[in-house]
Amino acid sequence: MALQAIAFYLMSAVTLVAGFCVVSARNPVHSVLWLILAFFSAAGLFVLLGAEFLAMLLVVVYVGAVAVLFLFVVMMLDVDFTALRQGFARYMPLGLVIGAFLAAEMILVSTAVATRGAAKDNDTPMASGAGVDISNVEAIGRVLYTDYIYFFQAAGLVLLVAMIGAIVLTLRHKPGVKRQIIMDQVLRTPATGMTIVNPKPGEGIGE
Amino acid sequence: MDFWTTPIGWTILTVAHILAVTVSLLLIVAFIIYGDRKIFAGVQARKGPNVVGPFGLLQSFADLGKFLVKELVIPAGADKAVFLLAPLISVTLAFGGWAVMPIAPGWGISDINVGILYLFAVSSMGVYGIIMGGWASNSKYPFLGSLRSAAQMVSYEVSIGFVIITVILLAGSMNLNQITEAQAGGFWNWYMFGGGLDNLPLILIMFPMGVIFFISGLAETNRPPFDLPEAESELVAGYAVEYGSTPYLLFYLAEMLNIVLMSGLMAVLFLGGWHAPWPAGYLESWPAWLVSLHGLFFFAIKTFFVFFMNAMVRAIVPRYRYDQLMRLGWKVFLPTSLVAVAVVAGWQVYTGFGS
Repeated sequence: MALQAIAFYLMSAVTLVAGFCVVSARNPVHSVLWLILAFFSAAGLFVLLGAEFLAMLLVVVYVGAVAVLFLFVVMMLDVDFTALRQGFARYMPLGLVIGAFLAAEMILVSTAVATRGAAKDNDTPMASGAGVDISNVEAIGRVLYTDYIYFFQAAGLVLLVAMIGAIVLTLRHKPGVKRQIIMDQVLRTPATGMTIVNPKPGEGIGE
Repeated sequence: MDFWTTPIGWTILTVAHILAVTVSLLLIVAFIIYGDRKIFAGVQARKGPNVVGPFGLLQSFADLGKFLVKELVIPAGADKAVFLLAPLISVTLAFGGWAVMPIAPGWGISDINVGILYLFAVSSMGVYGIIMGGWASNSKYPFLGSLRSAAQMVSYEVSIGFVIITVILLAGSMNLNQITEAQAGGFWNWYMFGGGLDNLPLILIMFPMGVIFFISGLAETNRPPFDLPEAESELVAGYAVEYGSTPYLLFYLAEMLNIVLMSGLMAVLFLGGWHAPWPAGYLESWPAWLVSLHGLFFFAIKTFFVFFMNAMVRAIVPRYRYDQLMRLGWKVFLPTSLVAVAVVAGWQVYTGFGS
């Protein structure tokens, strides 16, 4: 238990410090790297809760895919760092107000869920330790594909629409650009790919 | 006896276990590098390393000494902290992946429920070492190399993920020990061959899945013919241009460790892990440590076999062009593995999950 407490405080502290550094770092690439650290230590907190499946998904999806593309974009942007900082003092009051609202909402919602909502009777809903005989992969699967199947399918549809939208926005065939068609290349034979001509002396090859 | 179950004793025991695995891995990687170079040389009808030690066996250790005593140069415009952090992240993740690898019955460091997802997560994080190193070098070639690497690794992770899902569907578990256990009792139970005589029609699906996993593994570890992040004919040495001395050694070590890890994963997922290719009923009368050694032997044989194929591909197949690489990943592997997931899932429902 003591070991778990140490791990909890260590990882929470790392998450908070990393989260603070995301907004305070001068270089946007450093911000993204701190964000990745925050994701990673949040995954560690999930493991402490016994939700190892969610932890691994967080690492695979957010750290392994989303943040890589994020980093990709931020690295290629040519941002003027000093210009970004200029409006800081002017926008700070507004930012503080929004931040305070967000924090208040989060606290209200989480206390409401814990005391009156869905998590009322559960001590550790996802724990797969002693006393629980199914792993939390199985637990999530059982809930996801029965009680929440319509929401699950709806989420899938939203993602599908988003994917098609992204493809429609970026896919354009410019006229006049030669594209490689592998199938045509593979199917090329000596009969279709070359002609044998036998020019007469002094005439050369005509058109 | 009681001391080893107290927290302190447990910590000492676990640290010793981790050290044992790490040190043996380092030794194995030294000879793997030697083997890689020898195979490469053999294909090209050269002799390869043959000066240091008998048959050149100690070549890797000579290289190690050379790397360690070289001067560490950090470019003036580099982002110093990120520049030095990148190889450390690479090598830490490469070692971290081995934490869940079932090397022999009872010899794996950790036996977690989501072992295969953990390995997937670790290998998908491996891209950060390369992308950070390329960016922090503040130089054109490394940056191009790191961008290539990011796009390439993210693309091939998708097909690796789907291939892994087919194996999870067959095994009904994400625990690597249970996946291995499900393939016991002869080579016809390996998932490369569909997993059991009842599932024999699945060989039409699972054999191509194994091949896709092998090729995606090559792309994921930046091995030739997919070594575009460090294509020497185009990018000098890609993300590693500005690196030298120990940081470069760490990058190189991480790359080799990842290759061995991918080979080991291939052995576990498709070739039955530590199980012998024949029904091993005789093991029941053997003592536990001998059973473990027996398992380690077969796991090592399979891993080295996959690594040998890896090295042969490196020597034989010419490098892909970048758009061909992307086409292969997104237009060939992704649809194929997606269909395979649907077919395997349908088969499992149709046959009632092997029961």
